[in-house]
Amino acid sequence: MKKSIICISCPLGCNLSVEHDDKVIISVSGNACKRGPVYAQKEVFSPERVVTSTIKIEGAKIPLLPVRTDKSVSKDKMFEVMKEIFKLKVKAPAKRGDIICQDICKSGANLIATRTLDKI
Amino acid sequence: MTKNVDALIIGGGPAGLAAAISLKKNGIDNILIVEREDCLGGILLQCIHNGFGLHRFKEELTGPEYAEKYIEMLEGTTIETMTNTCAIEIVNEENSKTVYLMSEKSGLIEAKTKVVILAMGCRERNRGNIAIPGTRPAGVMTAGLAQKLVNRYGYMPGKEVVILGSGDIGLIMARRMTWEGAKVKAVVELQPYPGGLNRNIAQCLNDYNIPLYLSHTITAIRGNSRITEVDIAPINEYKEPKKEDTFTLKCDSLLLSVGLLPENELSQLAGVNLDRVTGGPLIDTNYMTNISGVFACGNVLHVHDLVDWVSEESEAAGKAAADYIRNQTIQKNKIAVRVGNLVRYALPTVLEPGKPGILSLRVIAPAENTTLYVKADDEIIYKKGHKKIFPSEMQRIEIKEVPQKAKMIHVYLE
Repeated sequence: MKKSIICISCPLGCNLSVEHDDKVIISVSGNACKRGPVYAQKEVFSPERVVTSTIKIEGAKIPLLPVRTDKSVSKDKMFEVMKEIFKLKVKAPAKRGDIICQDICKSGANLIATRTLDKI
Repeated sequence: MTKNVDALIIGGGPAGLAAAISLKKNGIDNILIVEREDCLGGILLQCIHNGFGLHRFKEELTGPEYAEKYIEMLEGTTIETMTNTCAIEIVNEENSKTVYLMSEKSGLIEAKTKVVILAMGCRERNRGNIAIPGTRPAGVMTAGLAQKLVNRYGYMPGKEVVILGSGDIGLIMARRMTWEGAKVKAVVELQPYPGGLNRNIAQCLNDYNIPLYLSHTITAIRGNSRITEVDIAPINEYKEPKKEDTFTLKCDSLLLSVGLLPENELSQLAGVNLDRVTGGPLIDTNYMTNISGVFACGNVLHVHDLVDWVSEESEAAGKAAADYIRNQTIQKNKIAVRVGNLVRYALPTVLEPGKPGILSLRVIAPAENTTLYVKADDEIIYKKGHKKIFPSEMQRIEIKEVPQKAKMIHVYLE
């Protein structure tokens, strides 16, 4: 089977041509670096994305704390993760890198704060 | 209030921060950063998505993380920052400049400085810039404003969204609005190719089956108090809408992602000459404008697609400004850089003979299997083949040495 995908590993966005069967990647072309084939492997068999959003924060100078998953989560789980994110709320202070939610929705990724917000 | 500094940086976003840190590293201590918002970081603070810092930090960060890493570098240094402070005028005097600042806390401040670094960034083109016909209802806004509302204040601009323009901010907002529960019905792009990066087409549109209409435009906005629908039409080769193929989409918001413009009113007021193509100041190889001691870097100079390049450029500008403060270094020998076939612009517009040079450039339209050449008169001084090259990707190329006797540098694709 053949598939064309766009590599999202970096801003170059290489157009990859991937040849694969049900279980393995046979060949990848069009990649500018070694991350291309790694991305193709994941994208064909178990696509994953990093989820970035915001949660409510109380007692900081702005009402929202930006967050992200500390690694990519299965594409099928993205909206489930977002639903969980809607429910979360923290109190200031928050520090960049703080774990807000461990193993969010059993995705294997932690949700972490991406900004430091002091208590006011 | 009066102040006296060696370097005054206008703008506390990624450009201003990197320039300040570079000045400090290069031995200048008396530095002031002026920022009109209430905190440092600039536009990065609302760019909560990932994809920043791959070149700079070798890891994939979100905007706020990237900004904080730079803000932390200021800690424990002598670099002073003033937030909620707006620069309103730069007056050029012999051997120094006076910058008038307005601040909530201190009122009018007269700051004397040896150098000024312009790092004000850019702003979005809006409905007025592209003249879409129709009524003027609520719900029509720039993609960056929508981003600020959603990511910093927690307001959703709408539930059924149409996006005009496929610039990166528009694409990122298509995904963001989808994640937050809105239905993004279409992204409409006038050009036959997307305005944003390829990866954003993949991860922001294709992932969610959001249709991208290339070579289409919006020909009408309807609605009284609130926008209710837009007309979308394909365009012909003369960029005229084809009336017979027009279709209507119902929506409650229209986001515009139709380009960015360097914000240079302050620079112009000071007498800085601007480049008609980039909208940013004309600079020499030291990032110095036509006014001696006034430098420019980042999006105020030309619009970047990667913050990593903003940081790199601003560090170079900071270093050049430090050299100027210490030795009054001014580029003496200049040879003009001209752009040819398929190249929209190249910066700086002059290089220095006998010295290495860095050129930032963009192409006019996508091209395949092409070669980028830089020639000094008839001699090829840079050559690189590109399988594909896009206007959305800024190219940054290094020239090892500009020939001593060259009269003109020519940059083109073939």
